[in-house]
Amino acid sequence: MSMNKQGRQTQPRDSAASDPHPTATGNRALMLEEPLIFEIGDSERTGVDWPADCWGESRLGDLARKEPFDLPGLSEPETIRHYTRLSRQNYGIDLGLFPLGSCTMKHNPRLNEKVARLPGFADIHPLQPVASVQGALGVIHELADWLKKLTGMPAVAMSPKAGAHGELCGILAIRAALEKRGDAREVILVPESAHGTNPATAAFAGYAVEDIPATEDGRVDFDALVERLGPDVAGVMITNPNTCGLFERDMKRISDAVHEAGGFVYCDGANFNAIVGRVRPGDLGIDAMHINLHKTFSTPHGGGGPGSGPVVFSEALAPFAPLPFVEQAKDGSFRLVEEETAEDHHADSFGRMTAFHGQMGMFTRALAYIMSHGADGLRQVSEDAVLNANYVLRSMEDMLEAPFAKSGPCMHEALFSDKGVAEGFSTVDIAKALIDEGFHPMTMYFPLVVHGAMLIEPTETESKAGLDEFLHALRSVVERAKAGDESLHGAPYHAPRRRLDETMAARKPVLTYEKPEGAIAAE
Amino acid sequence: MRYLPQTDHDREAMLARIGASSIDDLFVDVPEEARLDGPIQDLPMHASEMAVERHMSRLAAQNLAAGSGPFFLGAGAYRHHVPASVDHLIQRGELLTAYTPYQPEIAQGTLQVLFEFQTQVARLFGMDVANASMYDGSTACWEAITMARRVTKRATALVSSGVHPHYVSVAKTMARFTKDKIVYRAPELQARTDWAQLADQVDGDTNCVVVQYPDILGRIEDMRALAKTCAEHKALLIAVVTEPVAMGAVVSPGEMGADIVVGEGQSIGVGLQFGGPYVGLFACKQKYVRQMPGRLCGETVDADGKRGFVLTLSTREQHIRREKATSNICTNSGLCALAFSIHMTLLGEKGIRQIAAINHEKAVICANRLSKIPGVRVVNDLFFNEFAIELPKDSREIVRDLADQGVLAGVSLSRLYADEPGLSKGLLVAVTEMVDEEDIEALAKALEGALA
Repeated sequence: MSMNKQGRQTQPRDSAASDPHPTATGNRALMLEEPLIFEIGDSERTGVDWPADCWGESRLGDLARKEPFDLPGLSEPETIRHYTRLSRQNYGIDLGLFPLGSCTMKHNPRLNEKVARLPGFADIHPLQPVASVQGALGVIHELADWLKKLTGMPAVAMSPKAGAHGELCGILAIRAALEKRGDAREVILVPESAHGTNPATAAFAGYAVEDIPATEDGRVDFDALVERLGPDVAGVMITNPNTCGLFERDMKRISDAVHEAGGFVYCDGANFNAIVGRVRPGDLGIDAMHINLHKTFSTPHGGGGPGSGPVVFSEALAPFAPLPFVEQAKDGSFRLVEEETAEDHHADSFGRMTAFHGQMGMFTRALAYIMSHGADGLRQVSEDAVLNANYVLRSMEDMLEAPFAKSGPCMHEALFSDKGVAEGFSTVDIAKALIDEGFHPMTMYFPLVVHGAMLIEPTETESKAGLDEFLHALRSVVERAKAGDESLHGAPYHAPRRRLDETMAARKPVLTYEKPEGAIAAE
Repeated sequence: MRYLPQTDHDREAMLARIGASSIDDLFVDVPEEARLDGPIQDLPMHASEMAVERHMSRLAAQNLAAGSGPFFLGAGAYRHHVPASVDHLIQRGELLTAYTPYQPEIAQGTLQVLFEFQTQVARLFGMDVANASMYDGSTACWEAITMARRVTKRATALVSSGVHPHYVSVAKTMARFTKDKIVYRAPELQARTDWAQLADQVDGDTNCVVVQYPDILGRIEDMRALAKTCAEHKALLIAVVTEPVAMGAVVSPGEMGADIVVGEGQSIGVGLQFGGPYVGLFACKQKYVRQMPGRLCGETVDADGKRGFVLTLSTREQHIRREKATSNICTNSGLCALAFSIHMTLLGEKGIRQIAAINHEKAVICANRLSKIPGVRVVNDLFFNEFAIELPKDSREIVRDLADQGVLAGVSLSRLYADEPGLSKGLLVAVTEMVDEEDIEALAKALEGALA
């Protein structure tokens, strides 16, 4: 198939099947096609008004730019329309259930957006004199206090930018602690069900990665883990609750065994939403855990970021935490411990992970969220999240294989397999058919330990009525598969796009726009 | 609780279907001793929207907002005007509350934005391809160094003294554990960069040379000769751009032969926000694309032959390749990339050139004015919108004094280079379109007063 570069539809192969009532524009009432800015904008148009260039004295030397960039501009009304139209081709939490397992797509309260935009937070520079940003340091300090108390851990590093960056922070602290005692351990153990970020992080920090096997019931195989521990194992990375949606019952025993063997325990806190306010990871003997503020504490996902991944530390790892951090003086004022002030009493800090001080815009949002809930509300959050997931699990186990349904209650997410749905039908068919039913699909094909995994995390911000609607849709799709409805292979039919050719995208990557040959630039 | 829709009635009905007698039954796998009976001690209970807003407003009021007076801080974060429509658009729920676009049929909005963003970044930097964003400039810089290691299979990175010290700290932190070698020394208060000396040091063990443009002191220099030397030794030239608005006025690093250009996109659309979230920019030559970190969005077609966009070349990434991935990054800075892209679309070629011209003009006026103050020396010959001055005494005290008078004078080099007494009298002054003539005069007057 040739690449369509014209910015308009090519002839549909089977237009009758996809659209019995074709339109001249390709638009369908409220569903509007939108070209690229490179096809509608041009370099003479702009949506901002500045005085015309009046070059005075130049201090650019020979480096003054002469060549054009070919960056298109649009007027303000065209810009608003472009992005508004594009937004309507997107699913978001504001539209409906977003049951992605491991992602905790809960409602994003708008109060949080409002406070983050207060000029005293949004319009301050990271390098202003510390005396002029006491309120900002106060936010960081207050949020840090909540995170320490909620996890039962004595220290927290606030600067990591996202979950994977937090993992890196924890693993580097482990590395620094081992270096300090002259212990050159080279291996990190990771369960097969872990997020890909875990092994990638360990490797990024220079460790060799080995798998920990799982038991039949979807948990870490304690005996196999203990068997593998030894003087070369720096530590383990364990997700708890794990990606099968189960609580690792042996967590405390695992921690004790790893410590006994001289290693450290890293906990991936991606699923903290299941236990927040009810269980403190610090009571389970872990040494470090990142908290995804964009999951548990609801800072918006924004189509893939930004996130924020503070890391709580045990006493053993606290001295190695990265710079910078906030300390409160006796008079109540805050100071920022940076490179210049670190040497006097933080000589073991492993250094800096990012420019400036972390994701301030996420801290204000997360603090507003946490204060709104309070200790009691957060406890209700985990209860409702777990209740909702178990409701989904028990409502579907008669229709879909739930590999760990007998392993006890699930936590915040319910895991199903496509094994035995029907010959020739798989997870992708069920997921894409759910799109037509008006739902974002569940996480597909993860964790890897289950055949055709479907991981459903409803979160606590869904009502029973909303879940019933989703379950009705899911059951009807599975029923169609069981009845051999071949049309599922073509789903979705009603989305802005049908299934996309990912193979071609990877084989012949087109990553930037290039004007098609012979095309006339937009006038 | 206003964010939780379940009622007690719902909860009971659901427990009945689950076959559990209470919520506690669902937590049986948590060891008894780790289960808490009630809310965690020493923490406040839930609060109304009004109460939370009041508390947060009080904290916000304890900060001196940049807009409250003359403001000249830069050093990797710049205060530019962001059109109102940018913030309006990024709050569209479908964009704000979407996840990573793993289901492309219902994420074409996010995906098309990323494709447009990638193209804008590539063109701005004069490169072939760009990724869908990194966390920020400093982490993008480290990722570029590791990428150079993967491409060249060599261990030594030569880092210019003009690279932002935080970026260098991040690289040193990582290098300590990965056993990479980072060669770096702090800058000196002089008009020329150290690029010529760096060119002399490049050899068969060099994986990359990292330069910043404009650099930490605001200096700009031609990097063509350095690019040529790097190419001769098969080392990569990495250019770091912390002020992308400069690209509207100066020749881009790509045009001068850089292999990888990374940067901080905060200047365009994002705002100061006390240092984060920002948006890391990462662009490179086409031939290195399979070694790039992070997400990439590519064009394809759907089953009806309509053009569409998907995340692609995912076999570089952690969720597919696990310990063999090019990076561990997952969540990036999607929404900040959107803000960048919207602002860039509003500006267009014409707007970015105009805004760059205004920045330069005002910076020149400011430098000329400050150079008239007895005891003040402007370090730079060339600069875009930021330059370094040398004062007759430690600049940190002066910055604090002026802040007490409501003038945010710039970034003192002693804050950035704590261990370099030779830099303690240096002050970085950034001048954007947000500054007017009165602000410049206020700064000059305050400095004159402090130095009298």
